[in-house]
Amino acid sequence: MAETLRLAPTRVRRGLPGARGRRAGAGRANTVGLGTALVFLLPYLVLFGAFIVAPIAYGLWISLHEWDFLLPGKPFVGFDNYVELFTSGSVSSGPFWAAMRATAIFVVLSVPLLVSVPLALAVALKRRFPGRNLLRAVVFAPYVLGVAVVGLLWRYLLDPNVGVVNYYLGKLGIDPVPFTTDTPWAWLALVVPTLWWTAGYNMVIFLAGLQDIPRELYEAATIDGASPWQRFRNVTLPGLRPVMVFVVTITILASANVFGQPYLITQGQPGRETRSAIMQIGEVGLRQFNMGRASAMSMVLTLALMGISLVTLSFLRERKARR
Amino acid sequence: MKDLVDTFNGEHPNITVEMTTLQWGDFYAKVPNAVAAGAGPEIAVLHIDQLATNAARRVVVPLDDLASELQLTENDFHPVVWSAGIYQDQRYGIPLDVHPLGLYVNTGLLGAAGVDELPADRAALENAVAALQESGVEQPFWVTATWPAHLMFISLINQFGGSIYDAEGATATFNSEAGVESLNWLTSFIESGASPGDVANDAQAQAFRQQRNSITWDGIWMMNEWAKVDGLEWGAAAVPVIGDKPAVWASSHQFVVTSQAAEDDNKLAASSAFIAWISERSIEWAKSGQIPARNSVRESAEFEALEVQSILAAQLPDVVFPPTVAGIGDVTTPTFELAVNEVILGKASAQEALDAAAGKADDLLADNREKYGG
Repeated sequence: MAETLRLAPTRVRRGLPGARGRRAGAGRANTVGLGTALVFLLPYLVLFGAFIVAPIAYGLWISLHEWDFLLPGKPFVGFDNYVELFTSGSVSSGPFWAAMRATAIFVVLSVPLLVSVPLALAVALKRRFPGRNLLRAVVFAPYVLGVAVVGLLWRYLLDPNVGVVNYYLGKLGIDPVPFTTDTPWAWLALVVPTLWWTAGYNMVIFLAGLQDIPRELYEAATIDGASPWQRFRNVTLPGLRPVMVFVVTITILASANVFGQPYLITQGQPGRETRSAIMQIGEVGLRQFNMGRASAMSMVLTLALMGISLVTLSFLRERKARR
Repeated sequence: MKDLVDTFNGEHPNITVEMTTLQWGDFYAKVPNAVAAGAGPEIAVLHIDQLATNAARRVVVPLDDLASELQLTENDFHPVVWSAGIYQDQRYGIPLDVHPLGLYVNTGLLGAAGVDELPADRAALENAVAALQESGVEQPFWVTATWPAHLMFISLINQFGGSIYDAEGATATFNSEAGVESLNWLTSFIESGASPGDVANDAQAQAFRQQRNSITWDGIWMMNEWAKVDGLEWGAAAVPVIGDKPAVWASSHQFVVTSQAAEDDNKLAASSAFIAWISERSIEWAKSGQIPARNSVRESAEFEALEVQSILAAQLPDVVFPPTVAGIGDVTTPTFELAVNEVILGKASAQEALDAAAGKADDLLADNREKYGG
């Protein structure tokens, strides 16, 4: 069983049956010359350098200064901005770590749902039944909306006093729930709209992944007497592993970069409890024009996200190696 | 404003003004960048609490010469707004308007409750609330936890004899007894049930439109929003005196000329012509729910005919502006605006929240002094 299963991810990644043959010729490619490879890579490297590497390097440079691009003096302060972030009681550390904490809570609450619900939807909508395409479109539809639309829509739906949701809860005899102004409700007011908004995207990726799992595996499993749950557990999930790695990683990153939902729906309320890291970085960098400080915050956030991504990747990979 | 600009362009074939409208949130982030890159506007209108910041960041240039060339003096404007355009002894802003908070009341409901006059002081307001409750309006005065709660707080703390900052804008003073009293007064309505708790952004205005919230403090510009609601009978009055003396939050839009225009004499001359022309015709602007800063316009019969604006214009002697210190506008949000939110949501006691916020504000103010060399 395990042997057959490993084929699925391999096929997904290499695509063509001939892939093995090409890999055998890889040694020859080396002898063709590094130059040829570089020429092929160049367009990508230019873009990658100009839009990823250079801005990161520039951001790192800014984070070592007290930087306001309009002021003539941009004094070099070394690692002061970073030291400040890790000194409790300083101007920037309290709000920043509160925002990091809020972001972490949002990630922990949203990612499991943003992975499991789309997966369930994908499995359900993979079956053939009338209206399947319509349902797929309906689930995906909110994703085409901008965050401003989503935010305003849900803000009015969930308003504690004048919102529609509380109106109907009231009809059922339930007291108004402070969805947008108090925790833990505010987390619900951030996670549910995010789920409604982006579940369709992850679902589409899962659907594509499901198409790549060979039908013979399901047939074999059925003949072996596997129940639907066992088929899901032992055929679908392992078959989706590479897709799962991708979905989990990008979902964590997307959730960690949450901005529009707390900015519009809860406005960081109560106090700064639902204020996300990006909101805080934006306020410091673009409102208070302390770009040095804001860049240092971004660097810390980036490092944290790189760390989390590595952990996720190794976690999902390790399980594969154990099999 | 668009119509004004079109008329101006028609009358001045040698000058073309292109108007761009931005969200204020975007404005203060984008315009400085654009001006630095030479791709921004030559003239802009900005809020009084952002004037010093933009002057210190050299986004806008001193207008003393322009003012004297146009022969504009203190006598042409209300003294409060005119002096608010000065930063470090130089004039950067030519005032366009003043926009204070006002009291809005559902006069239909208030009349039904047997009260004919709009409340002007604490006792009258509290009586009106009680009368409305007796007449069946369960929650007549919604106290919001977000905008414009901190503007109410600014009005109240000054009424109780306190202030947000000291006169130099060097330290925060809002954690005073007056500050605590102001917040306690606001939260008392939630405690007594006259206001629902957890009033989120816009909910109090939405409820005012739906005739559920019958008393609200909001910006003068909201008058046009109420006017759109069919069947809503409403009236406006000066913000009631809750403390010991009248005081009301206000802001002012000020014309500024960017450093981009200053490099070109023609552009500078055109900017000056435009500002002078608009200033004289700011009655059109007043109709959108603003009080003209220009005396000749504010004292005209045309302005007197604008009922709500005239009523709220009576507050001009009592308006409170922040000190013109660079960066001061950005101290508000993370400090006392946050404290007001926490206290109204019942997350912290008034003294505790204000003390914490004042500490933060002092740090930010010190930071700004170092940064802008103020």
